[in-house]
Amino acid sequence: MKAIVTVMLKPGVLDPQGKAIAHALGTLGFAGVNDVRAGKVIELELTETDPVRARAQAEDMARKLLANTVIESFRVQVDG
Amino acid sequence: MGRDVNQQLAREFGLTADEYAKVLEIMGRTPTLTELGIFSVMWSEHCSYKSSRVWLRQLPTKAPWVIHGPGENAGVVDIGDGLAAIFKMESHNHPSFIEPYQGAATGVGGILRDVFTMGARPIANLNALRFGSPDHPRTRRIVDGVVRGIGGYGNCVGVPTVGGEVNFHPAYNGNPLVNAMTVGIARQDRIFLSAAAGVGNPVVYVGSKTGRDGIHGATMASAEFGADSEEKRPTVQVGDPFTEKLLIEACLELMETDAIVAIQDMGAAGLTSSSVEMAGKGGVGIVLDLDQVPARETGMTAYEFMLSESQERMLMVLRPEREGMARAIFEKWDLDFAVIGHLTDTGRITIRHQGRVEADIPLAPLADEAPLYTRPTVESPKGEKINPARIEDRVGLTAALKTLVACPDLCSRAWIWDQYDSTVGGQTTKRPGAADAAIVKLDGLKRGIAMTTDCTPRYCAADAEEGGKQAVAEAWRNLTAVGARPLAITDNMNFGNPEKPEIMGQFAAAIRGMAAACEALDFPVVSGNVSLYNETEGKGILPTPAIGGLGVLDDVSKAVGLALPPWLDIVLIGVTTGWLGQSLWLREIGGREDGAPPPVNLQAERANGDFVRAQILAGHVRACHDVSDGGILVALAEMAMASGVGARVSTHPRDIPGHAFWFGEDQGRYLVACPDSPALIRAADAAGIPALRIAVSGGQDLTLPDGGTISIAALREAHARFFPAWMAGPG
Amino acid sequence: MKAGIILFPGINRERDMAIALENSGGVKPRMIWHKETDLGDLDLVVIPGGFSFGDYLRCGAMAAQSPIMAAVRAHAARGAYVLGVCNGFQILTEAGLLPGALLRNASLRFLSMDCHLRVERANTVFTTRYQQGQTFRAVMAHGDGNYFADDATLDRLEGEGRVAFRYATATGEISPEVNLNGSARSIAGIYSDNLRVLGMMPHPEDLVDPLMGGIDGKPLFDAIAAA
Repeated sequence: MKAIVTVMLKPGVLDPQGKAIAHALGTLGFAGVNDVRAGKVIELELTETDPVRARAQAEDMARKLLANTVIESFRVQVDG
Repeated sequence: MGRDVNQQLAREFGLTADEYAKVLEIMGRTPTLTELGIFSVMWSEHCSYKSSRVWLRQLPTKAPWVIHGPGENAGVVDIGDGLAAIFKMESHNHPSFIEPYQGAATGVGGILRDVFTMGARPIANLNALRFGSPDHPRTRRIVDGVVRGIGGYGNCVGVPTVGGEVNFHPAYNGNPLVNAMTVGIARQDRIFLSAAAGVGNPVVYVGSKTGRDGIHGATMASAEFGADSEEKRPTVQVGDPFTEKLLIEACLELMETDAIVAIQDMGAAGLTSSSVEMAGKGGVGIVLDLDQVPARETGMTAYEFMLSESQERMLMVLRPEREGMARAIFEKWDLDFAVIGHLTDTGRITIRHQGRVEADIPLAPLADEAPLYTRPTVESPKGEKINPARIEDRVGLTAALKTLVACPDLCSRAWIWDQYDSTVGGQTTKRPGAADAAIVKLDGLKRGIAMTTDCTPRYCAADAEEGGKQAVAEAWRNLTAVGARPLAITDNMNFGNPEKPEIMGQFAAAIRGMAAACEALDFPVVSGNVSLYNETEGKGILPTPAIGGLGVLDDVSKAVGLALPPWLDIVLIGVTTGWLGQSLWLREIGGREDGAPPPVNLQAERANGDFVRAQILAGHVRACHDVSDGGILVALAEMAMASGVGARVSTHPRDIPGHAFWFGEDQGRYLVACPDSPALIRAADAAGIPALRIAVSGGQDLTLPDGGTISIAALREAHARFFPAWMAGPG
Repeated sequence: MKAGIILFPGINRERDMAIALENSGGVKPRMIWHKETDLGDLDLVVIPGGFSFGDYLRCGAMAAQSPIMAAVRAHAARGAYVLGVCNGFQILTEAGLLPGALLRNASLRFLSMDCHLRVERANTVFTTRYQQGQTFRAVMAHGDGNYFADDATLDRLEGEGRVAFRYATATGEISPEVNLNGSARSIAGIYSDNLRVLGMMPHPEDLVDPLMGGIDGKPLFDAIAAA
C-alpha cells in the first residue's frame, strides 16, 4: 500500500524558495500567481494493507522524522 | 538493445570503418553487443587519447621530485617529510553544458576519486571555468548551475574549494568549460596503483549501486554537439556527495591496512575502463560476474552494466585473506561491497551475466592496437605585433582603470567564492582572493602546498605556442608570488574538433609552447586530461590548455599574499615594453581583440621568479602580486582593494606611452611591496633583474600618474558590481 | 575538561574541531561514532559541522534519530556541557535539545565568508574569555543557517538571556545587511535554559591560528578548557 506524505512549511514561516519561484514565474510572463509555497512529497511503499493502519503508520513517521513540526505541517494520503 | 552488431551499429557507437575492421580482426568473429560497447568506449577519444597521444609525448614529465608521472590516476610528487602531493585536473565540459549543476558536481566527484583512489586524503579543490558571453541568453543559467554544482558537491564532501579562475568569451557560448582539480596528500610509502596482480585474487566492487546513468558518456565527450544536444539529457549522471564522503573515509580506512593490491575508480566508461585498465596494466586476465554487481534498477543488460557511469563507485583487487575485514569497513560506512569476479591468467576479460558469456576479449590487443592518429595539422595565422605608439588613448588612465576592474573578466569573483566552503579542514592559509596562489597547510607541520589554475585563452587563439608557454609560465609565476617552490603541473587540454587540421595545429603548437616552458622552469607535467570536440554546430572554442600548478612551502608562515600594507614602496620586477596586443585594455577600452600576445622570455621568467621568491623567503617582501591581465595598474588596484590601503603612483618612463606602460601585459613581471626598496633594487641590480620603484602605499586613494585620483572604496564598489547585478537581472 | 566529538556519517569539520579543542585544552578529544551508545564521563560533547546523512530530508533530521543521541540527551539532562556548531546546531534543534529550527538561507545560496558575532553575555562557560557586547570574527559556511522560532519562543529566549551571539557589524551594530542568512532577530547562537548547551551556526574553530587568518575563535575554546 502506498502512502504519500506531503510536507509544507507552516503558514507564517518564510519560504524564500516559494518566493523565488513566484518571482521567476512572473519574469517568465505568467500573470496572476498570488503566492507560491514549495514543499516536498515523500512516497512510502508500505507492507501494511489496511488503509487505517497504514495512515496511522505514515502519520507516526511524519511526526518523528519526515516533518519538523516546529516549522512544517504534513498531510498523509493513502492510495489503496 | 536487441540490435544486430554490424558496421552501421559500430558507426553509431563512434567507431570508424577501419576501427571496426580492427575489432573484427582482433575478435576473429562478429563481436557481441557488449563487446562492441567495450571496444567503442575504450577506443573513444576520451579513453584512448587517440588524437592527442602523439603530441602529449613531447611534454617533459620527469624531475627528481616526480614520483609518478602521467599514466596513473593522478600525478604524484615528493613534497618532503615523507609525504607526497597527488593531483590532477579533469574536464567535465559536455555534461556541464547539458545539465550545469550535475555536470559540474559529478566533475568534482570524479576528480576527487582519481586522487583518493591513490591513497591521498583530498585537501583542496580548484577549478578553471570558461563561460560564453554574459549577454548570451544561456550563460547566466549555466554559470549559476555550475557554481552551485561545484559548491554543492565540494562543500558536502568537506574538501575546501580554494582557488580557480573564470573567463567569459563568446567562443564558449555553446561549449562552456568546467575543469576541476583536486590535490591530496599521502604518505610516500602508502601510494596505491591500479595494476592488478595475483591470479585468483577477488575483484571487489564498492560504493553506490549501478543504474542506467550516463551510458555512453565517454563517447558523448568525444563528439561535437548538434542542435539536438538537449535530447542527450537522460545520459547525464547524478552525483551523491554524501556517498562520496563515505567512500573517501572507507577507502582511506582500508588503505591503512595491507588489504588492497590494486584500486581504480569507475569514471568514464565505468566498469569497462576500470576492469580493462586494471587487468591490462597488471598483465593478467579478469572474469566478472555481473549478477553480483549491486544494481539500483531491475532488468539491466550486460551492456548496460558495463557502460553505466553511475557515480561514487570503485573497483579493487584485494588479498583474499583480507576480504572479511574489508567488507566490515565498508559495511560500517553503509556502502555496498560485493565480490564480482577474480583475476585469471588468461590475459582476457570475460564477462558473465545470467549464465551466459556476454563478452570475452583479449586485453593486450584491446590496449595495444587502440587507434593512434597523427592527424593533419595546419598552423593558424598569428596575430601581428602592435606598436603601442600607434594606439591612441582616448579615455585616460583613471576612466580606463575603473572600466577594467569592473569588466566581467577582471571583476571580483567574490560572488562565486562566497558559495564555496574554502575553510573546511582548518588548514587554509590563503583563501581565494588573498594571494596569487591558494595555500593549504599540512596539519601538524609547518609545510604547506600552494596551488593555482591558469590559462589565457585569448593569447592561445592569437598564437597557440606563445599561449601554451604563457599558461605554464603564469602558473609558475603565481606559485612563486606567494613564496612557493613550483614543483609540477597537471594540464587540461580543451580544444575543438581534432579532425580539423587547424584545431590539431593549435593543439600541436600549444604543446610545443608548454613543453618549452616546462623544460625551462623545471616544471614537468605529471597528470592531465584532454577534452576535444568542444564545438557546437561547427564553431569551436578558443584553444584552452588550462594549467593546474602545484608548489610547496617549507614554512607557510613565510608566505605572502597580495593585500597591500600601508607605508611601503612598491617595486616592479621585470621588463615593461608596453605590450598592448591581446591586452584587456585593447579589448575593453580600445574595442579591439587583436594583435600578437605578449611573448614569454623563459630565461627572464625564471630569473625574475627565482629572485622574487628568494626575497619573499628572506622576509624582505610584505605583499606580492604578479602582473597579468590588465597590466600594472590593475595589479596595483587589486592589491589596494584587497587591503583597503591606497597608493601614490609615480610617473612612467618617457619612451613608452602611459596607457601602454600601465595597462600593457608584458610577461614575467611582479609587483612587490617592501619596506626597504633601495636594498631590494640593489639586490636586483646585482642579479641583473630589472626593478623599478613605481608607487608608495598609504591613504585611502589610488593617485595615478596623470593626477587622477580614485578612492579604494569606489574601486571596490566598481569591482564588486558585475556578478551580483548580473545574477539578479531579469530573466 | 574531557571532551568528545560525535561523528555522524557526512560530518566534515571534526578535524577542525579537534584541532581547536586540543590547541586550547592540550588533550586530544575522544572521537565517538554515532552508533556508540555510551559517552562515559565526558564533560563536554561536541557535535561538529558538516552534512550529516548528506543533509537529505532536512539538515540534521536523521542524525537527531541516531543511537548516540539518547546518550547526548542524558548527558545534557545531567547538566553536562554540549556544543553544536553549524550542522551540530541543526542536529540539536532537530533533537529538541534547543528550540527553533534552521531554515534555508534567505538568499537561497550557500554562504561561505567571515562574519562578526556580538557576544550577548560573557558569563557562560563558553564565553568567559570574551567581553559582553564585544564582537569576534567567525567563519560562516552553511546553506541552512536561517534561525527560526515563533515570536513567543524568541521573546522567551531573549527574556531568559539565552541568545548567545548575534550577527553584527565589526563594531557591534545589528542590521539586516550583516544578517546574511535572514535569521530571526539576527540570532547566530542560543543556549539551553541551563546555559550549558550551546548551538551556533558560524565556526569559531576555523579561527584559532594566526596562520589561518586570526585567533578570534580561540577565546571560546580557552574558556571551555579552563572551566
